[in-house]
Amino acid sequence: MNNVSGKMPVKADKVLLKGGRILDPAIQMDDVTDILVVDGTIQHIGSSGDASFDGLQIDCQRKLIVPGLMDMHVHLREPGKEDAETIASGCAAAMAGGFTAVCCMPNTNPVIDDRSHVEFIKERSEGFLVDVHPFGAVTKGQQGEELTEMGDMIEAGAVGFSDDGYPVRNAVILRRALEYAKMFGHPVIDHCEDLSLSEGGVMNEGFVSTVLGMRGIPSISEDVHVARDILVAEYTGGPLHIAHVSTQGSVRLIREAKTRGVKISAETCPHYLVMIDEAVRSFDTNTKMKPPLRTEEDRQALLEGLKDGTIDVIASDHAPHTIEYKQTEYDAAAFGILGLETALGLLMTHIVGKDVLNIGQLIEKVAIHPRHILNLPENRIEQGRQANLSIIDPELSWTVDKRKNVSKSKNTPFDGWELKGRGVGVLNNGQIYLLP
Amino acid sequence: MKIKAELMDEQGIIRTLQRLTHEILERNRGIQDLVIVGIRNRGDVLAGRINNTIRDIEGETVSLGVLDITLYRDDFQRVTESPVVQQTDIPFDVTDKKVILVDDVLYTGRTIRAALDAIMDQGRPAMIQLAVLVDRGHRELPIKADYVGKNVPTAPGEEIQVKLKEVDGEDKVLLLVP
Amino acid sequence: MQLKSRHLLGLEGVTKKEIDHILDTAVSFKKVLERPIPKVPTLRGMTVVNLFFEASTRTRFSFELAEKRLSADSVNFSASTSSVLKGETLRDTVRNIEAMRIDFVVMRHSAAGAPHFVAECVDAAVINAGDGAHEHPTQALLDMMTLREKVGRLQGLHVVIVGDICHSRVARSNIHGLKTMGATVGLCGPETLLPREVEKMEVTVYPHIEDALAEADVLNILRIQLERQKGGLFPSLREYRALFGITRERLDRVGRSITIMHPGPMNRGVEIDSDVADGEYSVILDQVTNGVAVRMAVLYLLAGGRTKVEGADDE
Repeated sequence: MNNVSGKMPVKADKVLLKGGRILDPAIQMDDVTDILVVDGTIQHIGSSGDASFDGLQIDCQRKLIVPGLMDMHVHLREPGKEDAETIASGCAAAMAGGFTAVCCMPNTNPVIDDRSHVEFIKERSEGFLVDVHPFGAVTKGQQGEELTEMGDMIEAGAVGFSDDGYPVRNAVILRRALEYAKMFGHPVIDHCEDLSLSEGGVMNEGFVSTVLGMRGIPSISEDVHVARDILVAEYTGGPLHIAHVSTQGSVRLIREAKTRGVKISAETCPHYLVMIDEAVRSFDTNTKMKPPLRTEEDRQALLEGLKDGTIDVIASDHAPHTIEYKQTEYDAAAFGILGLETALGLLMTHIVGKDVLNIGQLIEKVAIHPRHILNLPENRIEQGRQANLSIIDPELSWTVDKRKNVSKSKNTPFDGWELKGRGVGVLNNGQIYLLP
Repeated sequence: MKIKAELMDEQGIIRTLQRLTHEILERNRGIQDLVIVGIRNRGDVLAGRINNTIRDIEGETVSLGVLDITLYRDDFQRVTESPVVQQTDIPFDVTDKKVILVDDVLYTGRTIRAALDAIMDQGRPAMIQLAVLVDRGHRELPIKADYVGKNVPTAPGEEIQVKLKEVDGEDKVLLLVP
Repeated sequence: MQLKSRHLLGLEGVTKKEIDHILDTAVSFKKVLERPIPKVPTLRGMTVVNLFFEASTRTRFSFELAEKRLSADSVNFSASTSSVLKGETLRDTVRNIEAMRIDFVVMRHSAAGAPHFVAECVDAAVINAGDGAHEHPTQALLDMMTLREKVGRLQGLHVVIVGDICHSRVARSNIHGLKTMGATVGLCGPETLLPREVEKMEVTVYPHIEDALAEADVLNILRIQLERQKGGLFPSLREYRALFGITRERLDRVGRSITIMHPGPMNRGVEIDSDVADGEYSVILDQVTNGVAVRMAVLYLLAGGRTKVEGADDE
């Protein structure tokens, strides 16, 4: 775009975004006009005329300007696995993906299960353009036995609780966690998996796993756990968010629960929307994650779920791994793939304009609903508010090239994919980043 | 490749094989302990014809075998695909026998070298003699034919093509040039 | 004729022409094995590594014999898979092999896709000797060679595979190979040992052994492993035998001859009774003999073109 672009964001006192289509579904705004940002605040929305501008002027013609996107399911790997990713590199990947905020999962080493660990994350991300909102663990050490000091962690900046990587195994622990979390209004995010049903599995159980002779993870291992969680949430009235929904069974259960009035929310990931278990036939370990890629029927159910609002959020479940954990035979490979840098591109290419979601609805799923579910202040494109914006070029054709990854890791199945639509810049915390 | 000359016609082949058969019987003093092994893909046909002529002369045939030398070739490392392996069928013991090896054309001698190895893996013959329809020279190994139908001096780029009724529909020996 | 792939990783996708060619070649090699000197110099100078991550006496023995009969140099490498090491073992092993001049890797591993992974990392030709429950192509090839030889045909033959289909690479390779050759396949075993949606592989699934026997021309009887019983997949070997064991009485009730196959090793008195295994319709020992011939054929056919030097075919 201009000489501001590079790998690092820059501080910008005065920024003029000229001629972009400003889209904020929360306030029904959809206007092609200019935005003037001064010292990180939106000073003016409207035509700025042709007068010369003494700050940073960015031509946003034919681009979208939307409330900053938030990826509410990311693994930043720090502390403990800094060779795969750090908070800094993960945030850099987030910016390259068009996000201004991420929520990081606590399954690090050590686990983020008390105030000091939450503070560590906050300190490490201080001054970044990207806001890092940590999730605290539900149980100490994610061992599934004792609840963590949720109140203390919230004070330090945690916005939710999860033992992700693992399910909350005991129903009574989930019950107590939901009851306790109710006091604070921040959700418990459960990774729904019945470990006894999924044991030993490495891919979806179905025709493909039968032909490949690989141990399968049956869809019921997710459905059974989702059903349980819904009932406990209903009983307690506690704030439950279901992570990475992958099956038609889950979608059906969540839909029925919501119809009954149960207050739950749910997310799915871009990879479940664009890939199915057939991809595993190549034995590419970048098709291995949990929950696994499912069948075409499941994929269609997820798209329906997005359309009718059953699924509130799309998050990437960005899970970096070093080569050693992926360049092996399939059984031995670690579960997880990258997501931050490809999420928006995949969604713009395969979801928007494909009779699933229009662009406004997509923005709701990736910018507005996450903040609402996490009880974070609303981020609106309004005069006087803090400028927290993502700039999207919906017409940019690009090819995913993992060698150019901003993330430290390379475990993406989308290498070589041709996409149309990309986040090309973000503004937040008085800084601006533009894609080179 | 185009035809430069016809070296033998149908009658020529018949007469030559007659002579070769007589020579074989003369040198070996009859058919005692004699066996014939023809090398695919035309040596085996010639071997069969020689055996029929033996019957005409001596009143009975001798044991007849067919040898495929594909597995014994020395150029296996140089080919771009595995050559088709055909059946070797030697339904008798060669040990202590006089083996008449029959091939259509003798050139570098490598096929015969392979055939010798193959026969030795079958047993321990008393003697191996070689009969060929055409010897075109250019030996690369110290191999000599005991019975030769016709000596034909050739240049390296040329080719001797032996056509036999049983395989090619006609009996002819041709000299081809590039 | 060249096989399409420079490896043999499975029978899925291998054409009828290729299988016919392999089996025809194997017949020639079987003759070599019957001679006083059962050896040919064809693969002299070539090196084969038998990389076995799972213990296997018989398959490795069969391959070793095939390699030596072809005059190749045969080297054994037994390694254990340790999931704790997260696959480092396989990757490092493969790199060590690359550093030596190896022409073939014959590989058995507990993970599906492991030979495919190795094939991407080495120049050698890879032969899959069994990867998890995925494929065991040379076993299916020797099974088909035996049927061609003893029954006379594959086209239109109905072969029923009995036993633990879920964990069987022999079953999967046979399904692919037999279907390609025009045979039909049936499966019979406890429901807990049948893989999900297996009917989609275009096979007939028989819940009861009697129904399977009524239609089978051939039975391929799989070994039932004690570990499966320990894993709770069926209650006892006794019950397995009662429901699915191939006994003389069951076969006599059918009233016609059924060819009996078993990949070995057998649990006599469990999946198969001794008088069936040793009976007149059993071709189990022929399977073993043909195993060496088939493996020789596969090595031979994959060896052609290993060195891409332009060489004239001399006479």
